[in-house]
Amino acid sequence: MSQLQVKVASIQDVSAGVRHFTLVDASGGELPAFSGGSHIVVTMPAPGRTYRNAYSLLSSPEDRAHYEIAVHRQPQSRGGSIYMHEAVKVGSVLDISYPVNLFALSRVAKHHLLIAGGIGITPFMAQIHDLERLGGDYSLHYGFRSREHAAFADALKGRVSQRAVCYDESLGQRMDFDALLRAQPLGTHVYACGPQGMVEALVATARALGWPEHHIHSEQFLAPPVGEPFTLKLSKSELEITVQGDMSMLEALEAAGVDAPSLCRGGACGRCELEVLGTDGQLQHHDHYLSDADKASGRKIMPCVSRAKCGYLELNL
Amino acid sequence: MSLAFKQETFRDDYTFRNSPEAIRRFPFPFPEDQYMYSVNIEPHTAGPKGAVTEFTLDVDEHYVAECRDKAITLEQDPGRCAVLPHMMDAEWDFLEFTMESLARDYPEQFSLSKNGKAWTWVNRPLGIEQSFVFGDAATLPMGPFEYMGRQVQGDFVLLDQREDTLFADAGIVTSQADWSLAFNVGMSWNEWHGPVPQVTKLGVMDRALKFLMSLQQANPVRRLNWTMTINPRLDTSPENYPLWGGDRNKVTAENAGELAHLRVELQTLFRMPRSNAIVFSIRCYLISMQEMATYPRWAKRFHRVLRDLHPDLVEYKGITKYQQAVLAWLSRFDDGADIGTGTQPE
Ligand code: HEM
Ligand code: FES
Repeated sequence: MSQLQVKVASIQDVSAGVRHFTLVDASGGELPAFSGGSHIVVTMPAPGRTYRNAYSLLSSPEDRAHYEIAVHRQPQSRGGSIYMHEAVKVGSVLDISYPVNLFALSRVAKHHLLIAGGIGITPFMAQIHDLERLGGDYSLHYGFRSREHAAFADALKGRVSQRAVCYDESLGQRMDFDALLRAQPLGTHVYACGPQGMVEALVATARALGWPEHHIHSEQFLAPPVGEPFTLKLSKSELEITVQGDMSMLEALEAAGVDAPSLCRGGACGRCELEVLGTDGQLQHHDHYLSDADKASGRKIMPCVSRAKCGYLELNL
Repeated sequence: MSLAFKQETFRDDYTFRNSPEAIRRFPFPFPEDQYMYSVNIEPHTAGPKGAVTEFTLDVDEHYVAECRDKAITLEQDPGRCAVLPHMMDAEWDFLEFTMESLARDYPEQFSLSKNGKAWTWVNRPLGIEQSFVFGDAATLPMGPFEYMGRQVQGDFVLLDQREDTLFADAGIVTSQADWSLAFNVGMSWNEWHGPVPQVTKLGVMDRALKFLMSLQQANPVRRLNWTMTINPRLDTSPENYPLWGGDRNKVTAENAGELAHLRVELQTLFRMPRSNAIVFSIRCYLISMQEMATYPRWAKRFHRVLRDLHPDLVEYKGITKYQQAVLAWLSRFDDGADIGTGTQPE
């Protein structure tokens, strides 16, 4: 996959535990345009293991000079958010993916109802730019624990005050999903991003009210198929190869000079299928090619996207 | 690179021919003696120098004549370009994508200069110079999609991604292998692939769709598809069937070398930035049996593929009426020798 290289131009703390990063192209050029709702996957080469986390872009999709992301420090995870808060400084260079949009606005919706909880506000920051530019009809409802958790609330007040409603939980203000959804005109699409409990409650309410499935959107990130390192044992060539956490099995085979066939490199074509002879752990299938029965059998794997959580994986290769 | 553009026609007197260089770079699609559908999608990375995949979009010796033929078809039937209103962002994405790649890859023929949103586009082969404001459709003579769709060889469909599928919500289609844009615009993936035989059974379409839904910017993909056409005709549309359908009855073992053409589509798919749409480009390459047979290895290969093709595919591709005549013409090249795998001409 093609990657972009960016440099951190500035860092700001915008609310409790939330740090805002402004990124520019590392070689001084333009960054690709994107659509509101897109995320990038940031590669973080922490000592001993590489993390890849997805963060929504919150800057204007038309601004080709900067990308902005906001990272919520998650104390219980040892992972990427800590790295972003502690190791990344102004001037740090990061590898990021091109923008990917799995939370796109429907271009045929009559009205857009945007529901944000906490840091879940980020994709909407960019979507609002698109909606304003396209003259889309929308309203934004933004809930947060208290004023000091209300990232970007002031920016929103300034930009789109008529269309944004804020809910400060510490003052007892809460969204009533049922009432909100019932009040929408026909043809409305609802979009939810925030804590899992909030998103699930909203989706359940919309379904219970008979909203069409395709009118209910919730944020999904492309889970990058990275994981922990493990060892491949090749039975025919009697080789042992380490698959690093940030490499696919296919890349590891290629890097070791093994002649492994491939075509799409995306888990669709079937060309790269390999036979599994044994493992001391679990296969993690990420492809669209194998049937559920094949996946369950544990005998086949598509090394372009799939991997294993194990010590070793033995292949008939 | 210097390109000599040919004067030729794709209708009436059919003066289209391939130069020896064009024959050599022809995207011959058969690595094996048998052919069946598969998810033959691969990354659209730069191919070797001179190959049709060397650049993002291929401009070849037929460029000027193909653009002229496209203009004739559009003049006779403006409905060959159709755009649903919610595709405006995708139209501009398409304009930017085509202008930037042509200007980058063929600087002698095309150039693009930008001063903020004030852009100037120069297309030397077609004698066009146009200043306009990016994002303001009123500053172009027609919609941005049609404007550039007329200046690139091949057909284009813009796909909107929503409801867990892809919708063909815009298209400029003048060189299609017997399918109709008017019929397909606004249709979803499963609707337009409905008539294709064998593929459901093979699970090809579901897998291809899932793969395309996660197509990423800067990581385009390609595949080849093929059929046959009698006479070098680009516009083999269902609308104009009376103009070309009858030619299928005229093929004999004597004239098949001249009349029968292999028609290969280089299909490429690109994710667009602002709209999140996918550009589906269908570029048609034609080669007569006679031209193909200048490389006997290709003639042998195609003889075997055509002879053993699944009857459903023979029927679907519209080859039934002249299959035997073409086989009779090709058989003289096929001594039965093993020619190994691969698409190379020699
Ligand atoms: C995403 C853009 C695509 C569009 C808009 C598209 C559209 C079409 C259309 C209109 C047809 C003709 C069906 C008819 O006669 O009514 C067709 C045929 C077909 N398509 Fe696609 N297609 C797309 C992508 C793909 C991909 C990625 C594959 C990969 C497997 C594929 C495989 C096929 C096959 C095998 C046929 C039958 C071709 C033949 O024998 O002529 N298509 N497609
Ligand atoms: S290379 Fe296509 S499935 Fe792995």
